[in-house]
Amino acid sequence: MSASFGASATDLVRFLPEIILTVMGTALMVLDPVLHKRASYAFGHLSIFALLAAIGGAVYAQTDPGTAFGGMLVVDGFATYFRVLVMVVGILCVLPSYGFLARQKAETSEYHALLLFSIAGQCMMAAANDLIIVFIGLEISSIASYVLAGYLRDDKRSNEAALKYFLLGSFATAFFLYGVAITYGTVGTVNLTAIRASLTGADAPPVVFITLAAALMFVGLGFKVSAAPFQIWAPDVYQGAPTPVAAFLSAGPKAAAFAVFLRIFLTAFGPIGSAWQPLVWMAALLSMTVGNFAALMQTNVKRMLGYSSIAHAGYVLVALTAQSDTGTAAAMFYLAAYALMNIGAFAVVSHVSGRGERYQSLDDLAGLGRKQPMMAAMLTIFLLSLIGVPLTGGFFGKFYIFKAALESHLVWLTVLGLLNSAVGAYYYLRILVMVYMHEPGEAALETEPLTPGFRLALILPALGTLFLGIFPTWVLDFAGKSATLAK
Amino acid sequence: MNLLSLVLIMPLVGFLASLTIPRRFPQNSRAWALAVSLATFAQSLILLSQFNRNVAGDQFTMDIPWIPAPNIHFHVAADGISLWLVLLSTFLTPICVLISWKQVQDRVKEFFAFLLLLEFGLVGVFIAQDLFLFFVFWEISLVPMYFLIGIWGHARRIYAAVKFFLYTMAGSVLMLGAIIYLYNRTGTFGYAAILDMLASGKLTFAPGEQMLLFLAFFLAFAIKVPIFPLHTWLPDAHVEAPTAGSVMLASVMLKMGTFGLLHYCLPMFPVASRRCAPWIAVLAIIGIIYGALVAMVQPNMKKLVAYSSVSHLGFVVLGIFSFTQMGLDGAVYQMLSHGITTGALFALVGFLYERRHSLEISGYGGVATEAPWLSTVFLIATLASLGLPLLNNFVGEFLVLQGTAITHFTWTVYAAIGVILSACYMLWMYQRVFYGATAADVKHYMPDLGLREWAAIVPLVVMMVWMGVYSQSFLPPVSKTTAHVLEQTHINVPERVELRQRPEVAHVR
Repeated sequence: MSASFGASATDLVRFLPEIILTVMGTALMVLDPVLHKRASYAFGHLSIFALLAAIGGAVYAQTDPGTAFGGMLVVDGFATYFRVLVMVVGILCVLPSYGFLARQKAETSEYHALLLFSIAGQCMMAAANDLIIVFIGLEISSIASYVLAGYLRDDKRSNEAALKYFLLGSFATAFFLYGVAITYGTVGTVNLTAIRASLTGADAPPVVFITLAAALMFVGLGFKVSAAPFQIWAPDVYQGAPTPVAAFLSAGPKAAAFAVFLRIFLTAFGPIGSAWQPLVWMAALLSMTVGNFAALMQTNVKRMLGYSSIAHAGYVLVALTAQSDTGTAAAMFYLAAYALMNIGAFAVVSHVSGRGERYQSLDDLAGLGRKQPMMAAMLTIFLLSLIGVPLTGGFFGKFYIFKAALESHLVWLTVLGLLNSAVGAYYYLRILVMVYMHEPGEAALETEPLTPGFRLALILPALGTLFLGIFPTWVLDFAGKSATLAK
Repeated sequence: MNLLSLVLIMPLVGFLASLTIPRRFPQNSRAWALAVSLATFAQSLILLSQFNRNVAGDQFTMDIPWIPAPNIHFHVAADGISLWLVLLSTFLTPICVLISWKQVQDRVKEFFAFLLLLEFGLVGVFIAQDLFLFFVFWEISLVPMYFLIGIWGHARRIYAAVKFFLYTMAGSVLMLGAIIYLYNRTGTFGYAAILDMLASGKLTFAPGEQMLLFLAFFLAFAIKVPIFPLHTWLPDAHVEAPTAGSVMLASVMLKMGTFGLLHYCLPMFPVASRRCAPWIAVLAIIGIIYGALVAMVQPNMKKLVAYSSVSHLGFVVLGIFSFTQMGLDGAVYQMLSHGITTGALFALVGFLYERRHSLEISGYGGVATEAPWLSTVFLIATLASLGLPLLNNFVGEFLVLQGTAITHFTWTVYAAIGVILSACYMLWMYQRVFYGATAADVKHYMPDLGLREWAAIVPLVVMMVWMGVYSQSFLPPVSKTTAHVLEQTHINVPERVELRQRPEVAHVR
């Protein structure tokens, strides 16, 4: 395998989204002195423009799918799906950021630039067909996220979040890298397709080494998707990070990490599926259980959503455990639904939390239904989707995941997962109780009126959530077609 | 768009349109809800007039593909049972609008919007012919009821609302699992298609498999009915709900459970149903007697009526699991009767509450002298509820007892105790509230029925008498359908669990 770096035009087209995002991110930093004082909202406009352009780039690249840079990168339906997903996540996080940054008096270009870099990394992960590219994408995405988590410099919690995220994240990356090293040592290649080929060939290496490598990568990626037992960091980081960033972290990097997860384990390690399946099985169950039961006891909404995101990672892992095309499609669909509903919920929390993020507790949502009926109605849609009530994306996603699991005869995992989702209903209902069944408190009374941008940040994910729940066909079709990974 | 789907769609459109009514015109929200619910009821009457009573199968079928993969259809149709249950829902919704007219003063727009959404969900549950669609409606109906209890309920409303939601949710997730399992086995969610496969022998379940699937469905329905010992959510939900919520909950929502048992459990899992029948009958009888005994000692009128529901629905379950034509007919008739009677009782208790803001029996006394008409109507509902001949509940209970007696006479004996007890607790409550010395509070303010209240209660009283005197208006289509269900429960049933055999024998291999 010799990767030639003399990039052809085809290679560049297939790398278009990453190029656009990186160039625009750099441009934002250059423009900072010009725009900073006069028109800080322009940063937001520019990054939304960049993301839209990059989505265009990704869609254009999909018109001519194939590999790039000597097989290191692959543009297929799967890659395009996740590229578009993480960029949509980016847009939905920029929209509430306008108001948020203004409230915290922290409007700078680096916030947006870092966001774009992080998304560029995630796009790379989505399209990676080579463990080294995965690693590079992972690092680009992570390092930008570490900084974003600590973006509010004067906030102790934000600093704590960044440090924790950074330290544990580095550990996890190291584990991943060990896995890559062992894989290379065993099969002599880091290309996913080539690894698969050498595992199925007549002179397949000893399963024990490759299983060890898979286990180590599982640890690394398990951290990135906040799956139990590697979830310890998640609640602290989601609670401490600025709310739009927390929304981003819970959706973007997670989706990209799951893309990598699916690609590595189903493509490269597919032949030894029976060896790693128990690991994923246990992690799925543990994540759902730990996430849901810990969330029951939370009083801080961001922390509660943090634990809930662990539980949702568990549901996606159920789809991975199924090891089938239906499972992959289910995971893809679920991640889209999850991104929309979770970002929407975080957006509401970010608006209510007010200046200095004072109002983060559950009680602070009291009476929101009376003071901000529109926002409360949108929050209801997101929460019902997170619970898994029909006609929302969350329900259909869950339905599809458990359908895939039952097809693969994972009866017990399905039963336990379904019961888990009933447990999960309780804490989401607690939020709804606060919003509608209590009289307005200080926070609800102080909530500022909604800006047009913020309205959009609520309405778009809400419409998306309903759309995925009522007309899932369109996304499902695409996911189903793309789920047949290169084998 | 056929007639039936119009009945389904109208409340949904009404719900969406009502969201656009500005908050400062509460009167418009009320009027709109009344108009929509009346129009829906009128539409369902047209449906009734066009229903062919001589056919057992589904009518007004509409089947359009919704999601191609997995193959989900928007498939609705009505048979002789679901037709009446749809009518029950559309009949009670305008009544609920009327009884909430004055009682609900806070967040009026949302209240009436949720009422319409609830109607949509309930109608959908009864007419869905696609298991996925059925589950969608099953869950959808939870949401408006959750808000109705939680926002407009009484003091412990939040506890009651959350408990209600979680109980139902916990029960139904396993049903979802079973539905997915069935799809993976058969490749379809179409209920008729699955039954066809069972009838033709293309689909057979291993005994253990059938039992687990049956239990997954049964648990969801049993919680909803509710069957003892899963009933604990019911008194809380009923007592804390606003009047309209209690009416819809008792009259229609509980029927989702019994309808499910009859419509899904029996035809799909005949062997498991027959195997479990003795156990379920025991639970039903416990429910009948326990519910009645607990009702007797309630100091709170709503709680009393709520426990009486546990008792009355025990009869329904008993009738269903008697596997006799009369038992099944009686069960369906009791479902409808209970809907009318208990709905009326909750509405009347609501009227009393509007006057005195108390649900405690001890807070009343001598109401009959102050409000004679209210008392008379209440008496009719009371007599209906305790099963007086010529009123509706008698027909259902009688049929259930007779049907059960054919196969299991001992069951009948125990269940009949419940009939006696129901006379005790109902009459005792009536005596304490309406007779005796007039309480000072009652003297202070107890106007008789107003025009709006008359309008709400008269249709219910008319139905009580009609259903009691001339059951032939209602029973034939029901019997056609139950006979069909009964036939289906004989398919693939081995001889040893055949009818008339002693239950102990059924368990021997």
